[in-house]
Amino acid sequence: MKLKAFLPRDTTAQALGADQLATALQREANNRAYSLELVRNGSRGLFWLEPLLEVEYGEERIAYGPMTLAAVPSVLEALAIDPAAHPLYLGPVADIAYLKTQQRLTFARVGLGDPLCLQHYRSLGGFAGLENALRLEGQAIVDQVTESGLRGRGGAAFPAGIKWQTVLDTPCEQKYIVCNADEGDSGTFADRLLMEADPYQLVEGMIIAGLAVGATRGYIYLRSEYPRAKEILEQAIAHAGADQYLGKDIRGSGKSFALELRIGAGAYICGEETSLLNSLEGGRGTVRAKPPLPAIEGLFGRPTVVNNVLTLAAVTTVMEKGAAYYRDYGVGRSRGTLAVQLGGNVRRGGLVEVSYGATVRELVEGYGGGTHSGRPVRAIQVGGPLGAYLPQAQWDTPLDYEAFAAIGAMLGHGGIVVFDDSVDMAAQARFAMEFCAVESCGKCTPCRIGSVRGVEVIDRLIARESPREDLALLHDLCDTMEAGSLCAMGGLTPYPVRSALSHFPEDFS
Amino acid sequence: MLEGITNTVAQHIHTYREVPGGLLPLLHAIQDSVGYIPAEVIPDIARALQLSRAEVHGVVSFYHDFRSQPAGSHVLQICRAEACQALGSRALEAHAKSSLGIGYGETTADGAVTLEPVYCLGNCACSPSVRIDDEIHARVDAARLDQLLAQLGIGAVK
Ligand SMILES: Cc1cc2nc3c(=O)[nH]c(=O)nc-3n(C[C@H](O)[C@H](O)[C@H](O)COP(=O)(O)O)c2cc1C
Ligand code: SF4
Repeated sequence: MKLKAFLPRDTTAQALGADQLATALQREANNRAYSLELVRNGSRGLFWLEPLLEVEYGEERIAYGPMTLAAVPSVLEALAIDPAAHPLYLGPVADIAYLKTQQRLTFARVGLGDPLCLQHYRSLGGFAGLENALRLEGQAIVDQVTESGLRGRGGAAFPAGIKWQTVLDTPCEQKYIVCNADEGDSGTFADRLLMEADPYQLVEGMIIAGLAVGATRGYIYLRSEYPRAKEILEQAIAHAGADQYLGKDIRGSGKSFALELRIGAGAYICGEETSLLNSLEGGRGTVRAKPPLPAIEGLFGRPTVVNNVLTLAAVTTVMEKGAAYYRDYGVGRSRGTLAVQLGGNVRRGGLVEVSYGATVRELVEGYGGGTHSGRPVRAIQVGGPLGAYLPQAQWDTPLDYEAFAAIGAMLGHGGIVVFDDSVDMAAQARFAMEFCAVESCGKCTPCRIGSVRGVEVIDRLIARESPREDLALLHDLCDTMEAGSLCAMGGLTPYPVRSALSHFPEDFS
Repeated sequence: MLEGITNTVAQHIHTYREVPGGLLPLLHAIQDSVGYIPAEVIPDIARALQLSRAEVHGVVSFYHDFRSQPAGSHVLQICRAEACQALGSRALEAHAKSSLGIGYGETTADGAVTLEPVYCLGNCACSPSVRIDDEIHARVDAARLDQLLAQLGIGAVK
């Protein structure tokens, strides 16, 4: 029997034993004299089903998951007789509701094939956006991005077109494109998935950004916690260079763009763009005061676009399908799609790319299917360690930057972390302060010292020595951090703390 | 021993001294090959990159990744961030500390393993996560951690 199968090689699938499975599949196939072609694809982002084995069957790809070593012989057996007759059989992948109901633009290609195969990338529309961009003047590219309504996906949601325009309008012989791949927020993995499962899309987006603003050098600043993404990006950059997508004279266009991968060193604050720039320059990752904006004086003092991985990736869709196509997705001023990442205590964790406007509840209860533990959901933290904890009364909030701001919360990079009713919200509030103390760059007192005091006050609050005074003190401290911090690290740490206090007061008494 | 290190470091310095912003890649290269950033090499780095020793030391000490002491044969990182907390990482941390008999930032007496905290490994849909050297493991409870460590020949202290 001849079989073509797919088994992901991304971090999550590997962390669940995909490599051992791949070996076992080959061995078992050999034993049965099957001829097996096993492609190591990227994950589809349906992490609760990983390791997800896909097999070509007629015109379709059928799936089995979560695969186990023990199931390898029986799955191969079933494939020879009746593929559906196996307890791990999931049906055609494309029909899995979790996937089918998403609006995948940026993540349309993930999981379809070998992430490093350039031909595969091109066959699925890859580099079409770049080809369009190569025919345009920089201003026309920036116009497209502006019209698309694309906002930065790193957290601050700043309009990408405005940032690019500023860099385009700032004359300088050397400008830079910097990709922020520091993805430090707990509960987020969309950047990682894109880099591991469709790395050329990021490369393409960065080249387009370079063409748009007149930058000939780019850096990807990748966090060191992502060893697999590092390997894949290194190879992707090498392959893209060998195929003339990088370097001098991109595809015979006369334009050039050099791309380099840099690795962070375990500092959360280096996700903040100016801290990242200091780190790229070889220094301590302390935050810079703005102005000057990085768009005017960024890396090595030159005009620099700093964008998140997903912002740069989305540009390829805009340039391939047009600004209007992209803009048609979304609500209000949040245009396009959001890569929601469901994590923590959730039954069906994974990546859900949907139009802005879906509610937190639809994501957590619908896609997520409630908690992994089976206990009731109690709190949901959205937007990473600086994001608020939402109580049940706020779960109908739509995923939209303005709607979140209106309830004193933040959408951030789209991470949703679910907690069941065993969570101790006082411990979570304490952790928020502790995290700020560990990761503060140290530049301003409210953040550096305030967070340490915050841990102490919360400890006293929990000990209930003089709760009224301590509560007042904690609020006062939060006010000072919010008002007196240079960046959002100190400025937003009060979000998780105050939301825990106000929505879950019983945990503090 | 130190002479070997100095030679290795000299080669890395040669590779990175002209690279714009090359200090971080240089420190990574040194740590990857030597295992840590020995205090003895800081003056060489400073001289080559035209920085003060204090500046180089400042960079080394700013980042959690860079070590001034050698680590154990293996490095175990346990994710302390919220997604993993939601599925019991606090208990996992406590288990690791008590069974290895060390705290964060410490190495077992036999030099087998160094324990470190990490804030997110990007594997938040399958928590709790740990990293052992360059491998990430998902859905790790106490029993699974013991199993992973046993595969490396590391047992509990008691
Ligand atoms: C403490 C802190 C951490 C941040 N971490 C990240 C990060 O990991 N990734 C990211 O893209 N942006 C992060 N940001 C946002 C960046 O400062 C910046 O807004 C972003 O890189 C701009 O790109 P975008 O407009 O495409 O989002 C962080 C900001 C702060 C204050
Ligand atoms: S708020 Fe904290 S992290 Fe931000 S600049 Fe101030 S000290 Fe640094």
